[in-house]
Amino acid sequence: MQPAGGTSRQRLRWQCRRGMLELDYILEDYLEQHYPADTAELKAAFEALLQEQDPDLQAWLLQGQPAPSRYQAILRSLRAD
Amino acid sequence: MGLAKRRFDALIIGAGGAGLNAAIQLAGREARVAVVSKVFPTRSHTVAAQGGVNAALANVLPDNWHWHMFDTVKGSDYLGDQDAIEYMCREAIPTVYELEHNGVPFSRLDNGKIYQRAFGGQSQNFGGAQAARTCAAADRTGHAILHTLYQQNLRARTHFFDEYFAIDLIRDDDGAILGALVLEIETGEPLLIEAKATVLATGGCGQAFRTTSNAHINTGDGMAMALRAGVPLMDMEFYQFHPTGIAGKGMLITEGVRGEGGYLVNKDGERFMERYAPNAKDLASRDVVSRAIVTEVKEGRGCGPNGEHVLLKLDHLGEEIINKRLPGIRETGKIFAGVDAVREPLPVFPTAHYAMGGIPTDRFGRVLAPIGTGEEVVPGLYAAGECACVSVHGANRLGGNSLLDILVFGRAAGLDLMQHMESNHRPMSEAAVDKAMSRLERWDRKGDGISVRELRDEFRKCMEDHAGVFRTEEIMDEGVARLKALRDQLDDVRLQDHSRVFNTARIEALELENIMACGMAIAVSALHRRESRGAHSRPDYPSRDDANWMKHSLYLLDGDRAEYKPVQTRPLSVETFPPKERVY
Repeated sequence: MQPAGGTSRQRLRWQCRRGMLELDYILEDYLEQHYPADTAELKAAFEALLQEQDPDLQAWLLQGQPAPSRYQAILRSLRAD
Repeated sequence: MGLAKRRFDALIIGAGGAGLNAAIQLAGREARVAVVSKVFPTRSHTVAAQGGVNAALANVLPDNWHWHMFDTVKGSDYLGDQDAIEYMCREAIPTVYELEHNGVPFSRLDNGKIYQRAFGGQSQNFGGAQAARTCAAADRTGHAILHTLYQQNLRARTHFFDEYFAIDLIRDDDGAILGALVLEIETGEPLLIEAKATVLATGGCGQAFRTTSNAHINTGDGMAMALRAGVPLMDMEFYQFHPTGIAGKGMLITEGVRGEGGYLVNKDGERFMERYAPNAKDLASRDVVSRAIVTEVKEGRGCGPNGEHVLLKLDHLGEEIINKRLPGIRETGKIFAGVDAVREPLPVFPTAHYAMGGIPTDRFGRVLAPIGTGEEVVPGLYAAGECACVSVHGANRLGGNSLLDILVFGRAAGLDLMQHMESNHRPMSEAAVDKAMSRLERWDRKGDGISVRELRDEFRKCMEDHAGVFRTEEIMDEGVARLKALRDQLDDVRLQDHSRVFNTARIEALELENIMACGMAIAVSALHRRESRGAHSRPDYPSRDDANWMKHSLYLLDGDRAEYKPVQTRPLSVETFPPKERVY
């Protein structure tokens, strides 16, 4: 996967725009503050996570519901903000 | 290079529940339908509507659309139009069945019928015992509806322009709407979409306030486009606030926290609600609690380094109860306030939640604009959903009626606009296209100036302080003057990034203009309405004044003018519900 700087970063920024305020904050904060310095694995997981549905993201991030194992690490990073 | 153009029979701007339900009505007809959405459709704000949709199906308790109508008229504090309310409450029943047939997985009773739960403001027999009227798909109703409608639209070959931002409507000299100028966010290229009929379904404008429960996408784009096309906004002073949002951010903290025994305290640790509502205390109605919080902050008893919020204390409930009965509260507190609610209180402040007002329409979704002493349909323009004002919510909205509104009137607009499908496209107005293009090109100006973020933050803070829950003549007079001054500064804003591809800064600048247009509509309408009704509360005019104010406000961009029009008190087939004092 290409490193996301410049345009790709802007594209991701737009994909952080969700239907729920809670997700806007969590995803945008991560993208601004942690994404640039994170590992390639976490970056890839974040980009995949952005393709998931809003209620699933809400359940995993805010309601403590079990998430697929491929997202465990990135969800921990997102929650740590 | 010339401006790229596409032609469709119908153009729908916004892909939430209203827009998608309008689009699906045209499925199976020969119509070419375009849906423009600035984000991927299933990320529309409808997804946040988890509560459900009201319909008098009588599956759990006796019910009747006429009782639902009574509750809605009463809930609106008699400002709702009774023809539209009757239509909505009758249509609620087939609307829910249609969604069921289209595949929305409603929660069910053991007998297989759709489960319905009780919600505040629902009664049997015109104000009698509690009714159970809300249909839900677990806690994902909004998402289930959105997902189902999106799939249906894909199957019907609706053409989706995902991640396209609508800049402005194109209106010719006769006042007819010919389509819209939109921007492809990825390439930064404008596109002119011509249509025989256009539906605005862009949702609410909560981002006009600093503290809001609305997602970042809710910037009032359709409302502002309507204003710029010469259409007024109606009843914008009626904005619903929820008393407990996370301070400075706005995420909702459910009323259930206070229901379970949580309470509010000021910086002195005082349970201040005892002073404002000696009986109901922390469980007083939303507007009473909201105003009490703001009063504490204004009078210097707020908490935090700047004294800008109060605290919601629930640590005394114990970890077990909090985990069991208030799931998600700890996570919300930890992530957004850095506080573990089991140990520390949560910082809270009233959060802007829902716009009752919007683009005035009739019950067919047709947009209305004042002409002389009356009003006329704007040819080729429809609006539905939170951006529209039919008006079914009047001065206050009942829980479960917002999803219903978007579905019923999205559908009504879709059905009505079919009459345009046989007609020809009107000739394009080049002057109107140039005007819309100049709005976009304005952001190419270079040099030093104010940043979008700086002006946006100031405007939203001013809205919160001067047009929020605490509204006196003095506060709002000052507020309108300050908001106007901030609006004048818009001309001094400059972007640093002038690239084309995925330039989100340019989108945010266009959104700022929209936020400011909606904010002015709210503030000006609130200043002029000298009474308290529904969500609009004036300490200096504490009573409802039916003699002078049982009328809809209209705000016009030109000169920030306020006009008024009568409430439609005559229903379609039943007797009028005359105004009464609203007690629950």
